[in-house]
Amino acid sequence: MKQRLWFVGSSVVVFALMLLLWQAVIWVFAVQPYMLPTPWLVAKMVVLRMPDLLAALSITAEEAIAGAAASIVVGVVVALVFARAEWIRKLFFPYTILLQTVPVMAVAPLIIMWIGTGFIAVALIVFIFCLPAIIANTTQGLISVDENLVQLFLMNNATPWQMLQKLRFPNSLPNLFVGIRISSGVAVIGAIIGELFAGSTSVGRGGLGYSILYAQTQVQTAYLFALVIAATALGFAFFFAVMFFEWLMLHHWHESATAGQRE
Amino acid sequence: MTIPEVLFREVGKSFAASATPVLEGIDLAIERGEFVSIIGPSGCGKSTLLKMVAGLTACTTGEICVNGMTPNNAREMVSFVFQEPTLLPWRTVEKNVSLALDLERRTTREARAATVAKLLELVGLSHVAKHYPRQLSGGMKMRTSIARALATRPRLLLMDEPFAALDEMSRDRMNEELLRLREEQNWTVLFVTHSVAEAVFLASKVIVLAPHPGRVAHVIDVAMPYPRTAATRESDEFDEIVSRTSRLLREAHRL
Repeated sequence: MKQRLWFVGSSVVVFALMLLLWQAVIWVFAVQPYMLPTPWLVAKMVVLRMPDLLAALSITAEEAIAGAAASIVVGVVVALVFARAEWIRKLFFPYTILLQTVPVMAVAPLIIMWIGTGFIAVALIVFIFCLPAIIANTTQGLISVDENLVQLFLMNNATPWQMLQKLRFPNSLPNLFVGIRISSGVAVIGAIIGELFAGSTSVGRGGLGYSILYAQTQVQTAYLFALVIAATALGFAFFFAVMFFEWLMLHHWHESATAGQRE
Repeated sequence: MTIPEVLFREVGKSFAASATPVLEGIDLAIERGEFVSIIGPSGCGKSTLLKMVAGLTACTTGEICVNGMTPNNAREMVSFVFQEPTLLPWRTVEKNVSLALDLERRTTREARAATVAKLLELVGLSHVAKHYPRQLSGGMKMRTSIARALATRPRLLLMDEPFAALDEMSRDRMNEELLRLREEQNWTVLFVTHSVAEAVFLASKVIVLAPHPGRVAHVIDVAMPYPRTAATRESDEFDEIVSRTSRLLREAHRL
């Protein structure tokens, strides 16, 4: 308890020092507010424009959740197919890596051409960002089952469905969550990048990425900072939501979900 | 004449056509109720022999009959205990024990629960029924694994070095418990082990295999009466059989 208090205390001090450094740079170099606003101005902006921030945040959150959820569903289905046979993996797995390496920014114009700008386009970009990690990790979990357990199931005349439902799928859950954890990080980044390209169907209204662009053209630097803070908060929220869900699902039996507790 | 529980007729196994066979010319008849230990140096095909009886791999030559049936057809009366506990980490102890029953789905949920509760009491794990495997000691995990094997009321129990990972004291205790369980349930056992003392203590018959290719070198009858207890290990007769078996094992290694 004492240790924790000390930790919280020192964290606050470090944070305050950072803000002070920021303020000092502005004082020393006489930086104009439109280039770099003071921490105070940013804080004021966060409070004043809270409704706008929340509106933008919720749009981005919805896009990220829609894209990530779709990638989990599709990714698990693809992983189930991949887990069926080695030759399927050999033939098709390279495309998963291709999906990961193709720069999404280069594909974004195509997406806009095909389906226009707006929610679906951004969610699709998020989906492409998230999919490879889900496929790769879930496939790994589905195929790396203890050979003895497979034999045990065979000896008990398990049906293929029982093999999947009672053995392979639960075995792959920790891996699936590794995939989801990676995806939750890139989902928010993907949504913001997607919005920079395909953010909004009406001028002035859109998610965080779109609003950042808009604030930039309007030289609302303090608001831009507030948007960046909101984007960071959203990323954190995603990460912790996934961590919590993972803990909920796995903490009974898997080490990965309890590692944080023991420390 | 009764049908032997397990019959090996000229059984051979090779994994590649050119290489030395893993097993060759195994001719054995194991009667119902026997406890047979199989010992031999590593690589003499002990585990392969068990897997063939379980129908997990086919023999290349000859045939194996389990109670007059092919291993595949006899599956339902056979249970296998692996060297590792091989429990499902996401299932509690009781759920692990009921695995085979859950897969069969032949009885009601209540009946299964009752069977499991009885088994857990038998192996002394009732107090950890709701625990997950990661919360158990090595010995407890192994006991869970054995209880799981017993859930389907097998006639034939195949055990592949089940206690190899335990310390000597736990191993001795598990040996005694295994014999006590057998008094109640009377299965036939094929028990693979590295330890001569364990093989002799448990078995009514010890089979010594020689390597390259794996074949039967000696069959030793262990005439000590059951029930055997910790005191059995201190008897002169036990010492004598252990040292004779060790000598034969050493010779088999040189064959």
